[in-house]
Amino acid sequence: MAVLLIAEHNNKELRPFTLNAVTAASQIDNEVHAIVIGQNCTEAAKSLSELPLVKKVIHVEAVHYENFVAENFAPVIVKLADNYSHIVCSANTFGKNLMPRIAAALDTSQISDITKVVSSDTFLRPIYAGNAFATVKSKDAKKCVTIRPTSFDSCESSGGSAPIEKAEACEEFGRTKFIRREEIKSDRPELGTARVVISGGRGMQSGDNFKLITSIADKLNAAIGASRAAVDAGYISNDHQVGQTGKVVVPDLYIAVGISGAIQHLAGMKESKIIVAINKDGEAPIFSVADYGLEADLFEALPQFLEELNKLNTIQK
Amino acid sequence: MKILVAVKRVVDYNVQIRVKEDGSGIITDNVKMSTNPPDDNATEEAVKIKEAGKSKEVVAVTIGEEKAQETVRKALAVGADRGIHVKIDGIIEPLAVAKILQKVVEKEKPDLVFMGKQAIDDDCNQTGQMLSALLNWPQATFASKIEVKDKKLEVTREIDEGLETVEINIPAIVTCDLRLNEPRYASLPNIMKAKKKPIEQLNASDLGVDTSSRIEQIKVEEPPKRKAGIKVSSVAELVQKLKNEAKVI
Repeated sequence: MAVLLIAEHNNKELRPFTLNAVTAASQIDNEVHAIVIGQNCTEAAKSLSELPLVKKVIHVEAVHYENFVAENFAPVIVKLADNYSHIVCSANTFGKNLMPRIAAALDTSQISDITKVVSSDTFLRPIYAGNAFATVKSKDAKKCVTIRPTSFDSCESSGGSAPIEKAEACEEFGRTKFIRREEIKSDRPELGTARVVISGGRGMQSGDNFKLITSIADKLNAAIGASRAAVDAGYISNDHQVGQTGKVVVPDLYIAVGISGAIQHLAGMKESKIIVAINKDGEAPIFSVADYGLEADLFEALPQFLEELNKLNTIQK
Repeated sequence: MKILVAVKRVVDYNVQIRVKEDGSGIITDNVKMSTNPPDDNATEEAVKIKEAGKSKEVVAVTIGEEKAQETVRKALAVGADRGIHVKIDGIIEPLAVAKILQKVVEKEKPDLVFMGKQAIDDDCNQTGQMLSALLNWPQATFASKIEVKDKKLEVTREIDEGLETVEINIPAIVTCDLRLNEPRYASLPNIMKAKKKPIEQLNASDLGVDTSSRIEQIKVEEPPKRKAGIKVSSVAELVQKLKNEAKVI
């Protein structure tokens, strides 16, 4: 039976992690159908149909789907579930909010945040903030799986021409009302997909001091991350948090500045290819995962870092 | 208004866990256990709402082995009025937890159910949403701010793109983020008083819920170790290494 992939989008474009989720879905079964639920989301449906790995697109429109309320989305998927062996979605806040509502309605024990497809019923997933990995096998007939997007490559985004089928909307749930979304717009690369991430922690001492990080991020075309301590202290907004309960990032280069390296933070970044730690405490646990550690006062090191970068003839973007 | 708070006993967040040699799980013998951190935020929020005069009773519930009762006791020590302990041994999957909680909700008839957004042991992030589905109640997950209005809650949710605000009708489920509040510490007199507060004991097997495992854990292993890095002595050396050795800038 086919796999149903729930696309994440903003009614116009697919969110980038949808492409990673499609890759994971295709590793479960070749027959990947993708569903886009939204309002005026024809463009997103079209983009989905162009993914060569997607064999069919299901397009569902209604006013009450505009803001991705899980209570409205879940019945649409549950209604279609008979035709599918697996329902798959990214394990970001969209999928985390939605998938368990579907799984419970289908009386299925969900498997969250997989990092590897071992076979169509067996998956690898991190537990204890990534300090252990469990191989788990689902005994349910129907499987609900969320995937960790950074553990799968994004799929080809063009060349396909899957048919787009319209499906009927379900009734509005009615007792949950979307009020507003405060999205922080930025010209920088997205934290989850950036090639370089530079993060600040409590050691930054103030939100103002994040300017030191911003100027280096500009130079390296990097996304800006933060430890939970920095977000809790109000130095920077929550969408920058990297860690067990924040975002998981796997950039080519991760620079941790003034971050001690609690296991909850390491959970979100320790798979990065190259890790740099700048911290004045030589005993900080962050050094245990760093490829390059610099024991220094960040207020001296960061301006020097910028200066050294300025001396380089070329910088990779 | 009555608030039910669900709390889970987990390995303390400061413990560096170790995997059993036979790959059957992680070592929990003689390991410090605590309440799952965001569950403390859930209790704190319920108690704050009660202190503001908007709730009459806060009931703390846990599901698990005998010792899980400690988490209820802790909730009682910071202001919950009474407790419920649903006894069951072994690993219980979130779906089974949600089904047990559904039974507790049917019995207690709370207006709100609060719990942490995720347990830091299995990192599933499912139970609240599943309970909402089973009850067909509204859900507000990853809450960093809750405002109680007449028969409604306005909840600010932390999402990947920033913040989202939703209004949900009561009865409803809220799963709490660590930034929702600052959980208080229990004072010694309150710990003593909590010992006198009632904890009702229930057996999961008496609730008529299917708690059988649907997921077989085949093995648990340690993550691949990173190879040891080096310390550099200057920023200039760091930039040179990143450019010429790691070739990442």
